[in-house]
Amino acid sequence: MADEQKPGGSEAPSPAGGEGPKPPAAPAADAAKPASAKPAAPPKPPPSMAATPWESDLAGELKERFGDGIAATSTYLGQNFIVTKPAFAVPVLEYLKLEADFDYLVDITAVDWPKRGERFDLIYVVYSFPHNERVRIKTQIEDGFEPRTAIGVHLTANWLEREVFDMFGIRFAGHPDLRRILMPEDWEGHPLRKDYGILQQDMRWVQENLGIESGQ
Amino acid sequence: MPDTFLDSTELVLNMGPQHPSTHGVLRVILKLDGEKVLGTDCVIGYLHRGVEKIAENRTYAQFNPYVDRMDYVAAVSNGLGYCLAVEKLLNVEAPPRAKAVRVILTELNRIASHLLWLGTHALDIGAITPVFYCFREREEALKIFEQYCGARLTTHAFRIGGLQYETYDGFERDVKEFCRMFLPKVDEYEELLTNNRIWVGRLKGVGILTGDECKEYGVTGPVLRAAGVKWDLRKAQPYSGYEQYDFEIPTRENGDTYDRYIVRMQEMRQSVRIMEQAAEGIPAGPILGKVGKVIKPPVGEAYVSIEAPKGELGYYVVSDGSTQPYRVRVRPPSYVNLQALDKMVRGALVADVVAVIGTLDIVLGEVDR
Repeated sequence: MADEQKPGGSEAPSPAGGEGPKPPAAPAADAAKPASAKPAAPPKPPPSMAATPWESDLAGELKERFGDGIAATSTYLGQNFIVTKPAFAVPVLEYLKLEADFDYLVDITAVDWPKRGERFDLIYVVYSFPHNERVRIKTQIEDGFEPRTAIGVHLTANWLEREVFDMFGIRFAGHPDLRRILMPEDWEGHPLRKDYGILQQDMRWVQENLGIESGQ
Repeated sequence: MPDTFLDSTELVLNMGPQHPSTHGVLRVILKLDGEKVLGTDCVIGYLHRGVEKIAENRTYAQFNPYVDRMDYVAAVSNGLGYCLAVEKLLNVEAPPRAKAVRVILTELNRIASHLLWLGTHALDIGAITPVFYCFREREEALKIFEQYCGARLTTHAFRIGGLQYETYDGFERDVKEFCRMFLPKVDEYEELLTNNRIWVGRLKGVGILTGDECKEYGVTGPVLRAAGVKWDLRKAQPYSGYEQYDFEIPTRENGDTYDRYIVRMQEMRQSVRIMEQAAEGIPAGPILGKVGKVIKPPVGEAYVSIEAPKGELGYYVVSDGSTQPYRVRVRPPSYVNLQALDKMVRGALVADVVAVIGTLDIVLGEVDR
Protein backbone atom coordinates (compact mmCIF):
# COMPACT_ATOMS: atom_id res chain seq x y z
CA MET A 1 0.00 0.00 0.00
CA ALA A 2 2.76 2.35 0.93
CA ASP A 3 4.40 1.75 -2.44
CA GLU A 4 1.17 2.72 -4.14
CA GLN A 5 1.00 5.96 -2.30
CA LYS A 6 4.29 7.27 -3.59
CA PRO A 7 3.43 8.02 -7.22
CA GLY A 8 0.00 9.33 -6.36
CA GLY A 9 1.21 11.39 -3.45
CA SER A 10 3.46 13.49 -5.67
CA GLU A 11 0.60 14.14 -8.10
CA ALA A 12 -1.80 15.12 -5.39
CA PRO A 13 -2.72 18.81 -5.49
CA SER A 14 -2.48 19.23 -1.75
CA PRO A 15 0.84 20.50 -0.40
CA ALA A 16 0.61 17.82 2.23
CA GLY A 17 0.70 15.12 -0.40
CA GLY A 18 4.35 14.37 0.20
CA GLU A 19 3.66 13.51 3.77
CA GLY A 20 1.47 10.59 2.91
CA PRO A 21 4.03 7.87 2.27
CA LYS A 22 6.10 8.44 5.37
CA PRO A 23 3.85 8.57 8.41
CA PRO A 24 6.01 8.94 11.47
CA ALA A 25 3.29 7.71 13.80
CA ALA A 26 3.30 4.06 12.82
CA PRO A 27 6.41 3.24 10.82
CA ALA A 28 6.43 -0.38 11.88
CA ALA A 29 2.92 -1.04 10.66
CA ASP A 30 3.53 0.59 7.32
CA ALA A 31 6.87 -1.08 6.82
CA ALA A 32 5.38 -4.45 7.56
CA LYS A 33 3.01 -4.23 4.66
CA PRO A 34 5.33 -4.15 1.64
CA ALA A 35 7.75 -6.51 3.35
CA SER A 36 5.13 -9.17 3.91
CA ALA A 37 3.02 -8.54 0.84
CA LYS A 38 5.81 -8.62 -1.73
CA PRO A 39 7.53 -11.91 -0.98
CA ALA A 40 4.19 -13.54 -0.28
CA ALA A 41 2.63 -12.55 -3.59
CA PRO A 42 4.80 -14.42 -6.13
CA PRO A 43 4.54 -17.95 -4.69
CA LYS A 44 0.77 -17.78 -4.90
CA PRO A 45 -0.12 -18.09 -8.58
CA PRO A 46 -3.73 -16.87 -8.35
CA PRO A 47 -3.60 -13.40 -6.76
CA SER A 48 -7.31 -13.14 -7.27
CA MET A 49 -10.11 -14.41 -5.13
CA ALA A 50 -10.67 -18.15 -5.28
CA ALA A 51 -14.32 -17.71 -6.16
CA THR A 52 -16.31 -20.49 -7.74
CA PRO A 53 -19.14 -20.07 -10.28
CA TRP A 54 -22.57 -19.61 -8.79
CA GLU A 55 -25.27 -21.61 -10.52
CA SER A 56 -28.86 -21.07 -9.55
CA ASP A 57 -32.22 -20.19 -11.01
CA LEU A 58 -31.63 -16.54 -10.28
CA ALA A 59 -28.18 -16.55 -11.88
CA GLY A 60 -29.64 -18.23 -14.94
CA GLU A 61 -32.50 -15.73 -15.18
CA LEU A 62 -30.10 -12.82 -14.95
CA LYS A 63 -27.85 -14.21 -17.69
CA GLU A 64 -30.86 -14.81 -19.88
CA ARG A 65 -32.24 -11.35 -19.29
CA PHE A 66 -29.03 -9.32 -19.52
CA GLY A 67 -26.80 -11.56 -21.67
CA ASP A 68 -23.33 -10.07 -21.97
CA GLY A 69 -24.11 -7.47 -19.33
CA ILE A 70 -23.46 -10.12 -16.70
CA ALA A 71 -19.75 -10.91 -16.69
CA ALA A 72 -19.94 -13.63 -14.06
CA THR A 73 -22.00 -15.00 -11.23
CA SER A 74 -19.74 -16.30 -8.50
CA THR A 75 -19.70 -17.42 -4.93
CA TYR A 76 -16.99 -17.10 -2.31
CA LEU A 77 -17.23 -18.33 1.28
CA GLY A 78 -20.88 -19.05 0.65
CA GLN A 79 -21.64 -15.48 -0.38
CA ASN A 80 -22.98 -14.94 -3.87
CA PHE A 81 -22.13 -12.04 -6.10
CA ILE A 82 -22.89 -10.92 -9.60
CA VAL A 83 -20.24 -9.17 -11.67
CA THR A 84 -21.83 -6.86 -14.22
CA LYS A 85 -20.64 -4.44 -16.86
CA PRO A 86 -20.76 -0.84 -15.54
CA ALA A 87 -23.89 0.17 -17.43
CA PHE A 88 -25.80 -2.85 -16.16
CA ALA A 89 -25.35 -2.47 -12.40
CA VAL A 90 -28.45 -0.36 -11.84
CA PRO A 91 -30.67 -2.27 -14.30
CA VAL A 92 -29.67 -5.49 -12.51
CA LEU A 93 -30.47 -3.82 -9.19
CA GLU A 94 -33.86 -2.83 -10.55
CA TYR A 95 -34.51 -6.29 -11.95
CA LEU A 96 -33.58 -7.87 -8.61
CA LYS A 97 -35.96 -5.55 -6.79
CA LEU A 98 -38.92 -5.91 -9.11
CA GLU A 99 -38.62 -9.52 -10.26
CA ALA A 100 -36.73 -11.30 -7.50
CA ASP A 101 -37.91 -9.49 -4.33
CA PHE A 102 -34.51 -8.07 -3.37
CA ASP A 103 -36.28 -5.18 -1.72
CA TYR A 104 -33.59 -3.86 0.62
CA LEU A 105 -30.45 -2.13 -0.58
CA VAL A 106 -28.07 -2.74 2.28
CA ASP A 107 -25.02 -0.84 1.17
CA ILE A 108 -23.15 0.80 -1.68
CA THR A 109 -19.42 1.04 -1.45
CA ALA A 110 -16.28 1.09 -3.54
CA VAL A 111 -12.76 -0.31 -3.48
CA ASP A 112 -9.84 1.46 -5.09
CA TRP A 113 -7.38 -0.60 -7.15
CA PRO A 114 -5.07 2.11 -8.56
CA LYS A 115 -2.88 -0.28 -10.54
CA ARG A 116 -5.80 -1.70 -12.48
CA GLY A 117 -7.21 -0.29 -15.71
CA GLU A 118 -10.71 -0.05 -14.33
CA ARG A 119 -9.70 1.59 -11.14
CA PHE A 120 -12.72 1.13 -8.89
CA ASP A 121 -14.87 -1.74 -7.80
CA LEU A 122 -18.36 -0.50 -7.13
CA ILE A 123 -20.31 -2.81 -4.85
CA TYR A 124 -24.01 -2.96 -4.11
CA VAL A 125 -25.19 -5.27 -1.34
CA VAL A 126 -28.84 -6.24 -1.59
CA TYR A 127 -31.02 -8.38 0.59
CA SER A 128 -34.37 -10.02 0.06
CA PHE A 129 -36.75 -10.03 3.02
CA PRO A 130 -39.04 -12.70 1.53
CA HIS A 131 -36.21 -15.10 0.61
CA ASN A 132 -33.76 -14.22 3.39
CA GLU A 133 -30.99 -14.05 0.83
CA ARG A 134 -28.11 -11.66 0.29
CA VAL A 135 -26.38 -10.93 -3.00
CA ARG A 136 -23.69 -8.48 -4.01
CA ILE A 137 -23.50 -6.74 -7.35
CA LYS A 138 -19.97 -5.81 -8.36
CA THR A 139 -18.87 -3.73 -11.28
CA GLN A 140 -15.49 -2.37 -12.33
CA ILE A 141 -15.39 1.23 -13.45
CA GLU A 142 -12.66 3.53 -14.72
CA ASP A 143 -11.67 6.70 -12.94
CA GLY A 144 -13.94 9.41 -14.29
CA PHE A 145 -16.72 7.07 -15.34
CA GLU A 146 -20.05 8.25 -14.00
CA PRO A 147 -22.28 5.33 -13.03
CA ARG A 148 -26.01 5.90 -13.02
CA THR A 149 -27.54 6.69 -9.67
CA ALA A 150 -29.61 4.01 -7.98
CA ILE A 151 -31.95 6.46 -6.25
CA GLY A 152 -34.68 5.66 -8.76
CA VAL A 153 -34.61 2.08 -7.50
CA HIS A 154 -33.89 2.47 -3.77
CA LEU A 155 -34.20 5.79 -1.94
CA THR A 156 -31.52 4.77 0.51
CA ALA A 157 -28.95 5.07 -2.28
CA ASN A 158 -28.97 8.84 -1.74
CA TRP A 159 -26.64 9.07 1.23
CA LEU A 160 -24.76 5.91 0.35
CA GLU A 161 -23.82 7.33 -3.04
CA ARG A 162 -22.95 10.66 -1.49
CA GLU A 163 -20.49 8.89 0.77
CA VAL A 164 -18.94 6.99 -2.13
CA PHE A 165 -18.57 10.30 -3.98
CA ASP A 166 -17.09 11.95 -0.91
CA MET A 167 -14.58 9.21 -0.21
CA PHE A 168 -13.65 8.10 -3.73
CA GLY A 169 -14.67 10.91 -6.06
CA ILE A 170 -16.98 8.70 -8.08
CA ARG A 171 -19.73 10.92 -9.49
CA PHE A 172 -23.15 9.37 -9.90
CA ALA A 173 -25.00 10.55 -12.98
CA GLY A 174 -28.48 11.80 -12.22
CA HIS A 175 -27.99 12.06 -8.45
CA PRO A 176 -30.14 15.00 -7.32
CA ASP A 177 -27.95 16.12 -4.43
CA LEU A 178 -24.38 14.96 -4.96
CA ARG A 179 -22.60 16.88 -2.21
CA ARG A 180 -19.91 15.76 0.17
CA ILE A 181 -21.39 14.27 3.29
CA LEU A 182 -18.71 13.42 5.84
CA MET A 183 -15.85 15.69 4.75
CA PRO A 184 -16.22 19.48 4.71
CA GLU A 185 -17.87 20.72 1.54
CA ASP A 186 -14.81 22.56 0.17
CA TRP A 187 -12.25 19.91 1.10
CA GLU A 188 -9.78 18.92 -1.63
CA GLY A 189 -9.23 15.25 -2.34
CA HIS A 190 -11.03 12.00 -1.71
CA PRO A 191 -9.61 10.28 1.37
CA LEU A 192 -10.30 6.64 0.66
CA ARG A 193 -8.42 6.63 -2.62
CA LYS A 194 -5.24 4.64 -2.19
CA ASP A 195 -3.05 7.54 -3.34
CA TYR A 196 -4.37 9.68 -0.51
CA GLY A 197 -1.92 9.31 2.36
CA ILE A 198 -3.05 8.45 5.84
CA LEU A 199 -1.64 11.73 7.20
CA GLN A 200 -2.54 13.79 4.18
CA GLN A 201 -4.76 16.78 4.73
CA ASP A 202 -6.16 19.68 2.83
CA MET A 203 -3.76 22.19 4.42
CA ARG A 204 -5.52 25.18 2.91
CA TRP A 205 -8.79 24.11 4.47
CA VAL A 206 -7.19 23.36 7.82
CA GLN A 207 -5.42 26.73 7.95
CA GLU A 208 -8.41 28.73 6.81
CA ASN A 209 -11.01 27.04 8.96
CA LEU A 210 -9.22 25.88 12.06
CA GLY A 211 -6.70 28.70 12.35
CA ILE A 212 -3.80 26.34 12.92
CA GLU A 213 -0.72 25.62 10.84
CA SER A 214 -1.29 21.90 10.59
CA GLY A 215 -3.59 19.32 12.03
CA GLN A 216 -0.73 16.95 12.75
CA MET B 1 -44.18 46.81 10.67
CA PRO B 2 -46.71 46.48 7.88
CA ASP B 3 -49.88 44.43 8.19
CA THR B 4 -48.04 41.38 6.99
CA PHE B 5 -46.36 41.06 10.38
CA LEU B 6 -48.25 37.93 11.29
CA ASP B 7 -48.15 36.38 7.84
CA SER B 8 -46.10 33.29 8.04
CA THR B 9 -42.87 33.29 6.19
CA GLU B 10 -40.43 30.47 5.91
CA LEU B 11 -37.76 30.41 8.51
CA VAL B 12 -34.52 28.46 8.39
CA LEU B 13 -33.41 27.32 11.80
CA ASN B 14 -30.20 25.65 12.76
CA MET B 15 -30.48 22.90 15.31
CA GLY B 16 -27.10 21.82 16.60
CA PRO B 17 -24.32 20.87 16.22
CA GLN B 18 -24.11 21.73 19.90
CA HIS B 19 -27.61 20.93 21.00
CA PRO B 20 -28.31 18.41 23.76
CA SER B 21 -31.16 16.73 21.95
CA THR B 22 -29.12 15.87 18.87
CA HIS B 23 -27.20 13.29 20.91
CA GLY B 24 -23.81 14.46 19.79
CA VAL B 25 -22.60 16.71 17.05
CA LEU B 26 -25.44 16.47 14.60
CA ARG B 27 -26.60 19.61 12.88
CA VAL B 28 -30.10 19.63 11.45
CA ILE B 29 -31.11 22.56 9.31
CA LEU B 30 -34.85 22.98 9.61
CA LYS B 31 -37.03 24.83 7.19
CA LEU B 32 -40.03 25.99 9.12
CA ASP B 33 -43.40 27.52 8.49
CA GLY B 34 -44.27 28.73 11.95
CA GLU B 35 -43.74 25.64 14.01
CA LYS B 36 -44.31 23.24 11.13
CA VAL B 37 -41.33 21.52 9.56
CA LEU B 38 -41.24 21.87 5.79
CA GLY B 39 -37.99 20.06 5.29
CA THR B 40 -34.67 19.20 6.86
CA ASP B 41 -31.08 18.81 5.87
CA CYS B 42 -28.67 16.92 8.08
CA VAL B 43 -25.10 18.12 8.28
CA ILE B 44 -22.91 15.34 9.58
CA GLY B 45 -19.23 14.51 9.65
CA TYR B 46 -18.21 16.56 12.70
CA LEU B 47 -16.93 13.38 14.30
CA HIS B 48 -15.41 11.90 11.16
CA ARG B 49 -12.12 10.23 12.06
CA GLY B 50 -11.55 8.22 8.92
CA VAL B 51 -11.95 4.85 10.58
CA GLU B 52 -12.09 3.05 7.23
CA LYS B 53 -8.83 4.72 6.17
CA ILE B 54 -7.17 3.81 9.45
CA ALA B 55 -8.15 0.19 8.87
CA GLU B 56 -6.12 0.08 5.66
CA ASN B 57 -3.03 1.16 7.58
CA ARG B 58 -3.26 -1.22 10.52
CA THR B 59 -3.05 -4.97 10.80
CA TYR B 60 -6.26 -6.91 11.31
CA ALA B 61 -5.65 -7.25 15.04
CA GLN B 62 -4.50 -3.65 15.44
CA PHE B 63 -7.71 -2.36 13.92
CA ASN B 64 -9.87 -4.32 16.34
CA PRO B 65 -9.94 -1.67 19.12
CA TYR B 66 -10.80 1.10 16.64
CA VAL B 67 -14.20 -0.37 15.84
CA ASP B 68 -15.26 0.17 19.47
CA ARG B 69 -15.04 3.91 18.87
CA MET B 70 -17.79 3.96 16.29
CA ASP B 71 -20.92 3.08 18.19
CA TYR B 72 -19.32 3.69 21.54
CA VAL B 73 -22.42 2.86 23.57
CA ALA B 74 -22.50 -0.59 21.97
CA ALA B 75 -18.80 -1.24 21.53
CA VAL B 76 -19.18 -4.97 22.06
CA SER B 77 -21.49 -5.29 19.06
CA ASN B 78 -19.02 -3.45 16.86
CA GLY B 79 -16.25 -5.75 17.95
CA LEU B 80 -18.38 -8.83 17.37
CA GLY B 81 -19.23 -7.77 13.82
CA TYR B 82 -15.64 -7.05 12.94
CA CYS B 83 -14.33 -10.28 14.46
CA LEU B 84 -16.99 -12.31 12.66
CA ALA B 85 -16.11 -10.67 9.34
CA VAL B 86 -12.41 -11.42 9.65
CA GLU B 87 -13.17 -14.93 10.91
CA LYS B 88 -15.30 -15.42 7.81
CA LEU B 89 -12.36 -14.39 5.62
CA LEU B 90 -10.07 -16.72 7.56
CA ASN B 91 -12.74 -19.41 7.42
CA VAL B 92 -12.46 -20.14 11.12
CA GLU B 93 -15.09 -20.17 13.82
CA ALA B 94 -14.85 -19.21 17.43
CA PRO B 95 -15.05 -22.16 19.84
CA PRO B 96 -18.40 -22.82 21.58
CA ARG B 97 -17.27 -21.31 24.87
CA ALA B 98 -16.25 -18.09 23.17
CA LYS B 99 -19.55 -17.98 21.29
CA ALA B 100 -21.59 -18.26 24.46
CA VAL B 101 -19.61 -15.56 26.24
CA ARG B 102 -19.87 -13.37 23.16
CA VAL B 103 -23.65 -13.71 23.17
CA ILE B 104 -23.85 -12.82 26.87
CA LEU B 105 -21.68 -9.74 26.52
CA THR B 106 -23.38 -8.59 23.33
CA GLU B 107 -26.82 -8.86 24.87
CA LEU B 108 -25.62 -7.14 28.01
CA ASN B 109 -24.34 -4.38 25.78
CA ARG B 110 -27.66 -4.22 23.95
CA ILE B 111 -29.33 -3.60 27.30
CA ALA B 112 -26.76 -0.94 28.19
CA SER B 113 -27.30 0.73 24.82
CA HIS B 114 -31.08 0.63 25.10
CA LEU B 115 -30.88 2.01 28.64
CA LEU B 116 -28.82 4.96 27.47
CA TRP B 117 -31.33 5.47 24.68
CA LEU B 118 -34.29 5.31 27.06
CA GLY B 119 -32.78 7.71 29.57
CA THR B 120 -31.76 10.33 27.04
CA HIS B 121 -34.89 9.95 24.93
CA ALA B 122 -37.07 10.49 27.98
CA LEU B 123 -34.92 13.45 28.97
CA ASP B 124 -35.45 14.98 25.52
CA ILE B 125 -39.18 14.62 25.91
CA GLY B 126 -39.04 16.25 29.31
CA ALA B 127 -39.17 13.31 31.69
CA ILE B 128 -36.22 13.75 34.00
CA THR B 129 -36.56 10.75 36.30
CA PRO B 130 -35.96 7.81 33.92
CA VAL B 131 -32.42 8.85 33.11
CA PHE B 132 -31.36 8.31 36.71
CA TYR B 133 -33.08 4.95 36.88
CA CYS B 134 -31.54 3.86 33.57
CA PHE B 135 -28.04 4.88 34.50
CA ARG B 136 -28.39 3.10 37.82
CA GLU B 137 -28.95 -0.23 36.02
CA ARG B 138 -26.55 0.55 33.20
CA GLU B 139 -23.88 0.92 35.83
CA GLU B 140 -24.45 -2.71 36.86
CA ALA B 141 -23.97 -3.83 33.26
CA LEU B 142 -20.82 -1.76 32.90
CA LYS B 143 -19.46 -3.25 36.10
CA ILE B 144 -19.61 -6.68 34.52
CA PHE B 145 -17.69 -5.39 31.51
CA GLU B 146 -15.17 -3.81 33.80
CA GLN B 147 -14.72 -7.01 35.76
CA TYR B 148 -14.36 -8.97 32.57
CA CYS B 149 -11.92 -6.84 30.62
CA GLY B 150 -11.05 -3.77 32.64
CA ALA B 151 -12.89 -1.32 30.39
CA ARG B 152 -16.40 -0.05 30.76
CA LEU B 153 -17.18 1.60 27.47
CA THR B 154 -14.75 0.77 24.67
CA THR B 155 -14.23 -2.76 25.82
CA HIS B 156 -12.26 -4.48 23.05
CA ALA B 157 -13.74 -7.62 24.56
CA PHE B 158 -13.28 -9.96 21.61
CA ARG B 159 -10.32 -11.11 19.66
CA ILE B 160 -10.37 -12.42 16.10
CA GLY B 161 -11.02 -16.12 16.57
CA GLY B 162 -12.54 -15.94 20.02
CA LEU B 163 -12.19 -13.98 23.21
CA GLN B 164 -9.61 -11.63 24.56
CA TYR B 165 -9.79 -12.99 28.11
CA GLU B 166 -11.09 -15.97 30.00
CA THR B 167 -14.10 -15.09 32.14
CA TYR B 168 -13.48 -14.20 35.76
CA ASP B 169 -14.60 -16.29 38.74
CA GLY B 170 -18.22 -15.55 39.36
CA PHE B 171 -18.98 -14.25 35.85
CA GLU B 172 -21.98 -16.53 35.45
CA ARG B 173 -23.20 -15.62 38.90
CA ASP B 174 -22.97 -11.89 38.15
CA VAL B 175 -24.79 -12.28 34.84
CA LYS B 176 -27.59 -14.31 36.41
CA GLU B 177 -27.81 -11.83 39.25
CA PHE B 178 -28.09 -9.00 36.75
CA CYS B 179 -30.87 -10.81 34.90
CA ARG B 180 -32.78 -11.40 38.13
CA MET B 181 -32.37 -7.81 39.20
CA PHE B 182 -33.09 -6.26 35.82
CA LEU B 183 -36.49 -7.61 34.77
CA PRO B 184 -38.43 -5.87 37.57
CA LYS B 185 -36.57 -2.67 36.70
CA VAL B 186 -37.96 -2.75 33.16
CA ASP B 187 -41.42 -2.93 34.70
CA GLU B 188 -40.47 0.05 36.81
CA TYR B 189 -39.52 2.11 33.73
CA GLU B 190 -42.74 1.09 32.08
CA GLU B 191 -44.73 2.18 35.12
CA LEU B 192 -43.17 5.60 34.77
CA LEU B 193 -43.72 5.96 31.07
CA THR B 194 -45.93 3.51 29.19
CA ASN B 195 -49.27 4.91 30.33
CA ASN B 196 -48.01 8.35 31.23
CA ARG B 197 -50.34 10.80 29.50
CA ILE B 198 -47.67 13.28 28.56
CA TRP B 199 -45.37 10.54 27.28
CA VAL B 200 -48.13 8.95 25.20
CA GLY B 201 -49.27 12.33 23.94
CA ARG B 202 -45.81 13.28 22.81
CA LEU B 203 -45.01 9.96 21.12
CA LYS B 204 -48.19 8.47 19.66
CA GLY B 205 -48.53 9.10 15.95
CA VAL B 206 -45.26 11.01 15.77
CA GLY B 207 -42.62 10.24 13.15
CA ILE B 208 -44.47 7.42 11.46
CA LEU B 209 -42.44 5.24 9.13
CA THR B 210 -44.27 2.31 7.57
CA GLY B 211 -42.71 -1.06 6.88
CA ASP B 212 -42.43 -0.39 3.15
CA GLU B 213 -40.86 3.00 3.76
CA CYS B 214 -38.36 1.38 6.11
CA LYS B 215 -37.33 -1.06 3.41
CA GLU B 216 -37.12 1.72 0.86
CA TYR B 217 -34.82 3.74 3.12
CA GLY B 218 -32.87 0.71 4.29
CA VAL B 219 -33.92 1.36 7.87
CA THR B 220 -33.38 -1.63 10.16
CA GLY B 221 -33.42 -2.52 13.83
CA PRO B 222 -36.17 -1.55 16.27
CA VAL B 223 -37.45 1.10 13.83
CA LEU B 224 -38.21 -1.57 11.24
CA ARG B 225 -39.71 -3.94 13.81
CA ALA B 226 -41.97 -1.22 15.21
CA ALA B 227 -43.40 -0.92 11.70
CA GLY B 228 -44.55 -4.53 11.74
CA VAL B 229 -41.68 -6.23 9.93
CA LYS B 230 -40.62 -9.24 11.96
CA TRP B 231 -36.99 -9.23 10.99
CA ASP B 232 -33.98 -9.63 13.18
CA LEU B 233 -30.64 -10.87 11.92
CA ARG B 234 -30.22 -12.96 15.05
CA LYS B 235 -33.15 -15.03 13.77
CA ALA B 236 -32.91 -14.51 10.02
CA GLN B 237 -29.24 -15.37 9.67
CA PRO B 238 -28.08 -16.53 13.09
CA TYR B 239 -24.46 -16.01 14.03
CA SER B 240 -22.40 -16.81 17.10
CA GLY B 241 -24.82 -19.53 18.17
CA TYR B 242 -27.99 -17.42 18.44
CA GLU B 243 -29.95 -20.29 16.89
CA GLN B 244 -29.59 -22.23 20.17
CA TYR B 245 -31.49 -19.71 22.22
CA ASP B 246 -35.20 -19.35 22.60
CA PHE B 247 -36.33 -15.76 22.21
CA GLU B 248 -38.91 -13.73 20.37
CA ILE B 249 -38.73 -10.79 18.02
CA PRO B 250 -40.98 -8.07 19.44
CA THR B 251 -42.91 -6.18 16.79
CA ARG B 252 -45.58 -3.48 16.69
CA GLU B 253 -47.83 -2.29 13.92
CA ASN B 254 -47.99 1.49 13.76
CA GLY B 255 -44.36 2.43 13.20
CA ASP B 256 -44.61 5.56 15.32
CA THR B 257 -42.33 6.78 18.07
CA TYR B 258 -44.44 5.18 20.77
CA ASP B 259 -44.24 1.75 19.12
CA ARG B 260 -40.50 2.03 18.79
CA TYR B 261 -40.36 2.73 22.51
CA ILE B 262 -42.43 -0.39 23.26
CA VAL B 263 -40.33 -2.54 20.93
CA ARG B 264 -37.09 -1.53 22.61
CA MET B 265 -38.54 -2.14 26.07
CA GLN B 266 -39.54 -5.64 25.02
CA GLU B 267 -36.18 -6.22 23.40
CA MET B 268 -34.48 -5.64 26.72
CA ARG B 269 -36.63 -8.38 28.22
CA GLN B 270 -35.72 -10.71 25.36
CA SER B 271 -32.05 -9.94 25.86
CA VAL B 272 -32.40 -11.00 29.48
CA ARG B 273 -33.98 -14.24 28.28
CA ILE B 274 -31.05 -14.92 25.98
CA MET B 275 -28.51 -14.10 28.67
CA GLU B 276 -30.20 -16.37 31.19
CA GLN B 277 -30.09 -19.28 28.76
CA ALA B 278 -26.50 -18.61 27.73
CA ALA B 279 -25.26 -18.17 31.28
CA GLU B 280 -26.94 -21.41 32.30
CA GLY B 281 -24.57 -23.56 30.34
CA ILE B 282 -21.42 -21.88 29.09
CA PRO B 283 -19.56 -24.82 27.56
CA ALA B 284 -16.08 -25.55 28.80
CA GLY B 285 -13.15 -25.50 26.41
CA PRO B 286 -10.77 -23.13 24.71
CA ILE B 287 -11.67 -19.48 24.18
CA LEU B 288 -9.61 -18.92 21.04
CA GLY B 289 -10.00 -20.75 17.74
CA LYS B 290 -7.23 -21.78 15.41
CA VAL B 291 -5.91 -18.45 14.23
CA GLY B 292 -2.21 -17.81 13.94
CA LYS B 293 -0.36 -15.06 15.73
CA VAL B 294 -0.22 -13.20 12.42
CA ILE B 295 -3.64 -12.82 10.88
CA LYS B 296 -3.33 -13.08 7.14
CA PRO B 297 -6.54 -14.03 5.36
CA PRO B 298 -6.35 -15.31 1.79
CA VAL B 299 -7.21 -12.95 -1.05
CA GLY B 300 -10.94 -12.44 -0.99
CA GLU B 301 -13.81 -10.49 0.39
CA ALA B 302 -16.71 -11.03 2.71
CA TYR B 303 -19.72 -9.09 3.93
CA VAL B 304 -20.84 -10.05 7.41
CA SER B 305 -23.55 -8.29 9.35
CA ILE B 306 -25.02 -8.59 12.80
CA GLU B 307 -28.03 -7.23 14.61
CA ALA B 308 -26.55 -4.33 16.55
CA PRO B 309 -28.80 -2.44 19.00
CA LYS B 310 -29.45 0.14 16.28
CA GLY B 311 -29.99 -2.20 13.34
CA GLU B 312 -27.96 -4.04 10.76
CA LEU B 313 -24.27 -3.43 11.32
CA GLY B 314 -22.27 -4.79 8.40
CA TYR B 315 -18.59 -5.16 7.70
CA TYR B 316 -17.38 -5.59 4.14
CA VAL B 317 -13.74 -6.63 4.37
CA VAL B 318 -11.47 -7.06 1.37
CA SER B 319 -8.18 -8.90 1.78
CA ASP B 320 -5.28 -8.73 -0.65
CA GLY B 321 -3.51 -11.55 1.14
CA SER B 322 -1.39 -9.29 3.31
CA THR B 323 -1.48 -8.67 7.04
CA GLN B 324 -3.47 -5.48 6.64
CA PRO B 325 -7.00 -5.25 5.34
CA TYR B 326 -7.13 -3.83 1.82
CA ARG B 327 -10.46 -2.24 2.56
CA VAL B 328 -12.87 -2.28 5.46
CA ARG B 329 -16.27 -0.83 4.84
CA VAL B 330 -18.59 -0.39 7.78
CA ARG B 331 -22.29 -0.34 7.04
CA PRO B 332 -23.48 1.70 9.99
CA PRO B 333 -27.11 1.39 11.02
CA SER B 334 -27.22 4.89 12.52
CA TYR B 335 -26.07 6.53 9.28
CA VAL B 336 -28.64 4.78 7.15
CA ASN B 337 -31.44 5.23 9.68
CA LEU B 338 -30.70 8.93 10.06
CA GLN B 339 -31.43 9.41 6.38
CA ALA B 340 -35.08 8.69 7.06
CA LEU B 341 -35.30 11.63 9.49
CA ASP B 342 -36.45 14.00 6.76
CA LYS B 343 -39.26 11.68 5.75
CA MET B 344 -40.34 11.22 9.36
CA VAL B 345 -40.53 14.86 10.41
CA ARG B 346 -41.97 16.55 7.33
CA GLY B 347 -45.18 18.20 8.36
CA ALA B 348 -44.51 17.65 12.05
CA LEU B 349 -43.64 20.23 14.70
CA VAL B 350 -40.19 21.31 15.85
CA ALA B 351 -40.69 19.53 19.16
CA ASP B 352 -41.39 16.31 17.26
CA VAL B 353 -37.99 16.54 15.57
CA VAL B 354 -36.43 16.12 19.00
CA ALA B 355 -38.62 13.10 19.68
CA VAL B 356 -37.80 11.54 16.32
CA ILE B 357 -34.04 12.02 16.64
CA GLY B 358 -34.29 10.38 20.03
CA THR B 359 -36.32 7.48 18.74
CA LEU B 360 -33.95 6.80 15.85
CA ASP B 361 -31.33 6.10 18.51
CA ILE B 362 -28.40 7.41 16.52
CA VAL B 363 -24.85 7.57 17.77
CA LEU B 364 -22.83 10.18 15.97
CA GLY B 365 -19.61 8.27 16.39
CA GLU B 366 -21.12 5.64 14.16
CA VAL B 367 -22.79 8.05 11.74
CA ASP B 368 -19.54 9.88 11.07
CA ARG B 369 -17.03 7.10 11.72
